[in-house]
Amino acid sequence: MSTLPAHSTSSGDAPLWKKYQAANHYRSKEEEFDACKLGMWLFLTTEVLLFAGIFVGYAIFRMLYPEAWANGSAYLDWRWGGLNTVVLLVSSYTMAVSIHHAQLNNQAALKRNLLITVLCGAAFIAIKLTFEYIPKWSAGKAPGGSFFAYPFATDPHEPLWWGIYYCGTGIHALHVLIGMSLIFWVYLKARKGHYGPHHYTGVEVVGLYWHLVDLIWIFLFPLLYLIG
Amino acid sequence: MSTINHHGSHAVGGHHDEGSYLAPKGGLVSTMWAWATTIDHKKLGVMYLAAVLTLFFLGGVAALAVRVELFQPTTMVNGKVTGQVFQDAGGAVAAGHAIYNRIFTLHGAIMVFMVIVPGIPSALGNFLLPIMLGAKDVAFPRLNLLSWWVYVVGSVLGVVSIIMGGVDTGWTFYTPYSTSTDWDVYMRVVLMIGAAFVLGFSSILTGLNFVVTVHKLRAPGMGWFDMPLFVWAIYSTAIIQVLATPVIGITLLLLIFERLFHVGIFDPAIGGDPVLFQHFFWFYSHPVVYVMILPAFGIISELITVHAHKKIFGYRAMAFASLGVAFVSFLVWGHHMFASMGEMASAVFSALTFLVAIPTAVKVFNWVATLYKGSIQFTAPMVYALFFLFLFTIGGLTGLPLGTLSTDLHLHDSYFVVAHFHYVMMGGTIISFVAGIHHWWPKMFGRMYNERWAIVGACLVFIGFNLTFFTQFILGTRGMPRRYATYIPEFTELHQWSTYGSFILLLGFLVHLFVFIHSLVAGRPAPKNPWGGLSLEWETDSPPIEHNFHHEPLVKHGPYDFETTVPPHWDPKDYPIPASNFTADKH
Repeated sequence: MSTLPAHSTSSGDAPLWKKYQAANHYRSKEEEFDACKLGMWLFLTTEVLLFAGIFVGYAIFRMLYPEAWANGSAYLDWRWGGLNTVVLLVSSYTMAVSIHHAQLNNQAALKRNLLITVLCGAAFIAIKLTFEYIPKWSAGKAPGGSFFAYPFATDPHEPLWWGIYYCGTGIHALHVLIGMSLIFWVYLKARKGHYGPHHYTGVEVVGLYWHLVDLIWIFLFPLLYLIG
Repeated sequence: MSTINHHGSHAVGGHHDEGSYLAPKGGLVSTMWAWATTIDHKKLGVMYLAAVLTLFFLGGVAALAVRVELFQPTTMVNGKVTGQVFQDAGGAVAAGHAIYNRIFTLHGAIMVFMVIVPGIPSALGNFLLPIMLGAKDVAFPRLNLLSWWVYVVGSVLGVVSIIMGGVDTGWTFYTPYSTSTDWDVYMRVVLMIGAAFVLGFSSILTGLNFVVTVHKLRAPGMGWFDMPLFVWAIYSTAIIQVLATPVIGITLLLLIFERLFHVGIFDPAIGGDPVLFQHFFWFYSHPVVYVMILPAFGIISELITVHAHKKIFGYRAMAFASLGVAFVSFLVWGHHMFASMGEMASAVFSALTFLVAIPTAVKVFNWVATLYKGSIQFTAPMVYALFFLFLFTIGGLTGLPLGTLSTDLHLHDSYFVVAHFHYVMMGGTIISFVAGIHHWWPKMFGRMYNERWAIVGACLVFIGFNLTFFTQFILGTRGMPRRYATYIPEFTELHQWSTYGSFILLLGFLVHLFVFIHSLVAGRPAPKNPWGGLSLEWETDSPPIEHNFHHEPLVKHGPYDFETTVPPHWDPKDYPIPASNFTADKH
């Protein structure tokens, strides 16, 4: 862990979070905090609607081609998906805990939990690549007509299943990467002492985003891995 | 108007000695850098305005090119091709017509994605929304700057695609055509779709910013029902932007994947469904029709009340009608696909489509009722507002036969549809956009414009517009299909009238351009409140100072209380058109 003190300002000075002033067009810090949260909730709405397209596509083609969907689902190993679900749930917990520690001014615990959250995101991506994407792609279970070369496919619509699978999990994985970068940025700011009881907007807002990334996986996992 | 300092130390003292937001910062380079990196909503609004008007010019040139090609049908006389303007080097008829396809796609894509959708919210909305609320800026100024640069990137992508040769998909990018056309330089289509995707991002971020601004940054004393109706309109628009745009985002993303990797979701060869693309597309694009028209409603509400000096008739009905339109807009997308749905679904979508007529008719009746016994001043904005009522009513009513299943069977994909949506999109949105630019021009740039020439321009636009598009209603009912590069000789006369009209339209817009340039160079300095308006933007300087207000304003009257309030900083002598009856009446 970091060897820096809880706040890197010279001793005797107040930490950065105590000195924080709301941006000049807000009347108070509380108003700014509320505005940022509302903004993030609206953004999360747009994310849900973005993934809604994938889910609608999934539902329609599942209805049209139940065979292909059952076959496709059978190729996925629920244990890797399940492990990744656990990894993301743990990360959501550590994210929530880091907000708690910011509110209590436990700077060390705040930084520790943020870092664990980033590492969980990395573990998710690593598991996804090593045990799922790479073996499947090299076995020809790739998306769509250009890459699909799986000679043992029993249903002509299986390429479509892999199309939906790669689009859904791929766009989700991109969101995991974006979330990890944001949390790492918050971690760097936390090391300088930006967050504390009176100012933890960044941790809160990025936390909201991370929970949504987690939530979308909670829907993708059973739809893709469990129901066949 | 008195001011108060409610909160905190930073409000004390206000901003007394600040200059205009337009004042240059040092030399040319540092001023340009200051504009490029500004988080001031006013500068961003002005930059959007410049960009949108430039792209409007580009899209307009494409429209004129379309009209020139359609001046005569392509015919073979003694083995020679006549009437075809755009020809490739080889002179083949089909190749020439392929150029026509690219030009009308160019026109549609630019006008929809880069001009009409971002136009009013991003240009006028950015400039006015915080000032009308009495705020110093939008909720997230840096996000606002990001939206602007995302918009620039999206527009550049689109223009690059055009320079590479353009696309011929139509602005709707229907599959399977959009996934199979232009394989020689296949990146052009990806670039154009990518442009629409990126522009959608800009739209989402702007909408999100505006929703939060309206919720959190209203001045003390301003309740929800004390907001100007332009703010209500922009707020309803922003909600649609936030809720509908992500769907086109995923749709265009899937389309790009389809083109690059052949994912198959829209490809019937491996079980995909091209009609699914249409559902996804219109689930966004129909609500977005109201992203285009709702801000126009807001502008017209402001113009009619201020230039008739009369309280708006039915304020709450107007506010709820905006929200009602926003809500219904999400339920009508199926009317773009009557042919590909069952009878029951078509009937339901047809019925839901008629619902749109209710809140829009409420608005039109309220505007007319507001004019009744008002002190009407025939300024350019008011003249335009009256033209709007005329054109939008035609545009709205011709939507009904298209929403009716039996008549739509004959009219769909004909020039009737083209004329209908031009009456709404241009006669509604562009007309009110230009009207709004005139109305707020003195506030934005601190200069008055030449009223007489502006009205001349407005009349030319009105005449040219009707000549261009009313003829197309007739062509449509007689069977002229849309998107064709040629036609049977019987249609020649009406097509020629339409082309003449489009050049009168060009002349009208050139007059406006001249009026604007003249105003910037030699316009009379604008007073704070040239029209006698009551909303907060008329209380600040023209042009406003950097932080908008010298003190945080306290709202004591509604934006339309003309019967009970003397407009601040107003001298009727400033009025461009003398009005003795009016001044004697009120003062």
